[in-house]
Amino acid sequence: MARMAKTRNGSPGRHRGSRTELLPERELRRVAATVLRLAKSIGAEATEVHVDEVADSLTRFANNAIHQNVAECGLNVSIRTVVDGHTARATTNRIDEDSLRTAIEASLSLAHSQPRDPKLLPLPGKQSYRRVNRFSDETMKITPEDRARAVRRASDLAIKRGQVAAGIFSTGESQSVLSNSLGLFAAYRETHAEFSITMQENPAASWAKANSGNVRAFDPQALAERASDKARLAVDARELAPGRYTVILEPSAVLDIVGFLFYDFAATALEDKRSCLNGRMGKPLFGKNISIADDVYHPLQLGAPFDGEGMPRQRVQLVDRGVPANLVYSRASARAAKKPPTGHGFPLPNEYGEAPMNLVFAGGTSSVDEMIATTERGLLVTRLWYIREVDPYEKVMTGMTRDGLFLVEKGKVVRAARNFRFNQSLLKMLCNVEQLGPAVRATGEEAFEMVVPAMRIRDFHFSEVTKF
Amino acid sequence: MWDFCANAIDTARMRGATYADVRAMHMRQRDLTTKNGQVGTLAQSESIGLGIRVLASGAWGFASTDRLTREGVAACAAQAVAIAKASAIAKRKEVQMAPEDVFVDSWQSPFVKDPFEIPLDTQIALLLAADAEMRRVKGITLTETDMQFRKIDSWFASTSGSRIHQRKVISGCGIAATSFQGEEIQKRSYPNSFGGQHALQGYELIESLELLKHAPVLAEQAAMLHKAAQCPESTGTLVLGSSQLGLQIHESIGHPIELDRVLGEEANFAGTSFLTLDKLNQLKYASDIVNVVADARAEHGPGLGTFAYDDEGVPAQSTDIIKNGLFRGYLSNRETAHLVGLERSSGTMRTESWNRLPIIRMTNISLLPGSWNYDDLIADTDDGILMETNRSWSIDDRRYQFQFSTEIGWEIKGGRKTRMLKNPSYSGITTEFWNSCDAICGPDDWTLWGTPNCGKGQPMQTMGTGHGASPSRFRNVRIGTAFSE
Repeated sequence: MARMAKTRNGSPGRHRGSRTELLPERELRRVAATVLRLAKSIGAEATEVHVDEVADSLTRFANNAIHQNVAECGLNVSIRTVVDGHTARATTNRIDEDSLRTAIEASLSLAHSQPRDPKLLPLPGKQSYRRVNRFSDETMKITPEDRARAVRRASDLAIKRGQVAAGIFSTGESQSVLSNSLGLFAAYRETHAEFSITMQENPAASWAKANSGNVRAFDPQALAERASDKARLAVDARELAPGRYTVILEPSAVLDIVGFLFYDFAATALEDKRSCLNGRMGKPLFGKNISIADDVYHPLQLGAPFDGEGMPRQRVQLVDRGVPANLVYSRASARAAKKPPTGHGFPLPNEYGEAPMNLVFAGGTSSVDEMIATTERGLLVTRLWYIREVDPYEKVMTGMTRDGLFLVEKGKVVRAARNFRFNQSLLKMLCNVEQLGPAVRATGEEAFEMVVPAMRIRDFHFSEVTKF
Repeated sequence: MWDFCANAIDTARMRGATYADVRAMHMRQRDLTTKNGQVGTLAQSESIGLGIRVLASGAWGFASTDRLTREGVAACAAQAVAIAKASAIAKRKEVQMAPEDVFVDSWQSPFVKDPFEIPLDTQIALLLAADAEMRRVKGITLTETDMQFRKIDSWFASTSGSRIHQRKVISGCGIAATSFQGEEIQKRSYPNSFGGQHALQGYELIESLELLKHAPVLAEQAAMLHKAAQCPESTGTLVLGSSQLGLQIHESIGHPIELDRVLGEEANFAGTSFLTLDKLNQLKYASDIVNVVADARAEHGPGLGTFAYDDEGVPAQSTDIIKNGLFRGYLSNRETAHLVGLERSSGTMRTESWNRLPIIRMTNISLLPGSWNYDDLIADTDDGILMETNRSWSIDDRRYQFQFSTEIGWEIKGGRKTRMLKNPSYSGITTEFWNSCDAICGPDDWTLWGTPNCGKGQPMQTMGTGHGASPSRFRNVRIGTAFSE
């Protein structure tokens, strides 16, 4: 049995009909309390339990029609036990007492099988958290029919313009409870919505995407029109010579490339000497117009106000006017560095320590149109694709442009260009930022969502060109 | 489980589904890692649930649940039908499925030693010993090891009457040493990067890898790379080691032959393909010596793409993809087979888990062995560069232009492997590259590599794929571009 058929008071379990929905938070609390009680009776010195539940729906379309339409609802219970300097984790999606007991025993068995860790910290005690409200009733109300109608409208637009639409419209909700045997308790829930569309006008394509906790924060049809307009502009792309260009990166393009920088701000990454910031903290590394914070409380961010151990997340100024100023710390890396933990740790045990997950760049005042208008010759980049790290210390990244690359001359977009491959150091790139747009919530495919501005950057290095 | 499957099918029928298939799955996983002599991750997980795909009002719907009760499964099936009916709002044509026989069968992947029965302290001790061997080498600043084991039971049933149970046991293991000196980070991995080797095998895979023998060698190479010459920028002869060639096959053959990509179904996310339908049986994909198959059958080997039936209930098959250099076949499913003139699906529908919809995926996409002996191939190369073990990989969204870099390279001069090269990379256009292949090593040097982390689909699904390859030679390849910045 994967899930109890009845609730604790004996009333029938809820039927999950055509609309997926989460259990009441009290049910998650009950599961967590059961785990702590059972673990104590089995012999765990200390126990931490995460109960995470998700209910997501995603409507996928291609060739102007829905071809995949899915819904999922699932719950996981992840249990970490601690015994005499040993710790390990076991996870199950079954919440009857026998299954929870089996998972606790598995965790204890794993823990006993390893050498004692003299650096293992005791679990943290009770914490207090800043409130965040990331739950939207409007997102909750979206039905499969609502998503299908939005897809139909976007597809009708494509057909009218002789184009082909593909994309997704997803909505969902999730909730988490984290509790431990020393009295720590944390809970979080959010809704999320996303619309992404590619409009194809043979042989060209363009793309637009938005993501928010509130489905009303974006207009699917406006995104469809934007992608459609840019796809038409992208037809008849000409090949340009590889080389160094001034580029105007739209926010999604900025997001996807800078997203590769932030694991380097983990204190554990510096300790392991795998960070590009080794030997570079406190020294000017980027342009003075680059300031970056990790801030889960920013109004455009989503995410829980606590980390994988239940520590409250702090706002951390990572880069201050071009200077890498601070790192993020889990409890263990904070202890090693004699710093306070910042609330960025991953669930233990793990080998990566921590990472900033809620990046907020300081923006500027230039709109993309203004950047274009003030550019003598350059390229407007819609998005970047398949970005990978070539050199971990100089932070050279490779990847492609995709879905709309446009030549800008004398302040105007003059025509589409064939897609380029880039090989570009992120460190140098952030020294060459000439203009910044207002910071917005951006979404792409390579990095998690961030609050970033569009950027105009000089001397961006394109090494090769592809066939389209 | 069969009762839950039947319950789901019956409910879907009753609610108006004209076709339905259901997958109940029980998945168990163990993950072990070490870092710098300490245990890192030590975790075990299990997940059990059921997903149902239905065709109703001529459109698709899918729902999944972990609530395995009669009422929970019925609600899930009803939800899938309701979603299918909503899909019909944006439907343009009727779904047409290729016929398939009915199968009632049970299959288990062969293994010698159940990894879940091997004592944990034995597994941890091996990783810690390999970790220690690497840390003994001067200049090593980070050591990492990992093991992963999975046991997956799946129960498939369809309205056609098929009932198929499969059990797979999967093992994986790898070690890596990193050296940070001056302003440079160098790394070596064994037997492959990004998690090592993975296969449909038991603990015997781990024992066959001889970690303790290889650990000091790769650590010494990681430290030595700092003093090695930079791989020059040039156009010339390239010899690829088999694991790097496995990834080259994955990216520049495996993905473009997925028929859902070709038909635009992945246009918004994973991308499309340059292999438009007019290219079938027409395109000279590669040189005459290149033969590539998609083979999910057990006789191909214990690859991550090996099974008895796919997740649409179609038996495992071997399909010619490239025959004597000519493009001959796509990866298809029951819905797309007729579009390429097939009467039957090629059996490539796979799902990551019970809560994901099956989609077209690679099985074992393998370059068949050639006739060269490895030493003869090196001896026959007057001037070239040998590259081994992937470091980075990137390819455009139609799978034309690619760039790879590897952890290590060697210069080949006058038929001999000479000095070590650091930061090797190469790039090219898919069909130009494969048409430049002029030597492929034979069966003795052929390895069926496992790629455990292939991402595709929305919601994203991670799938294991297999890639058989042996060291091969390519001419007139662009080398060193990644570091031209």
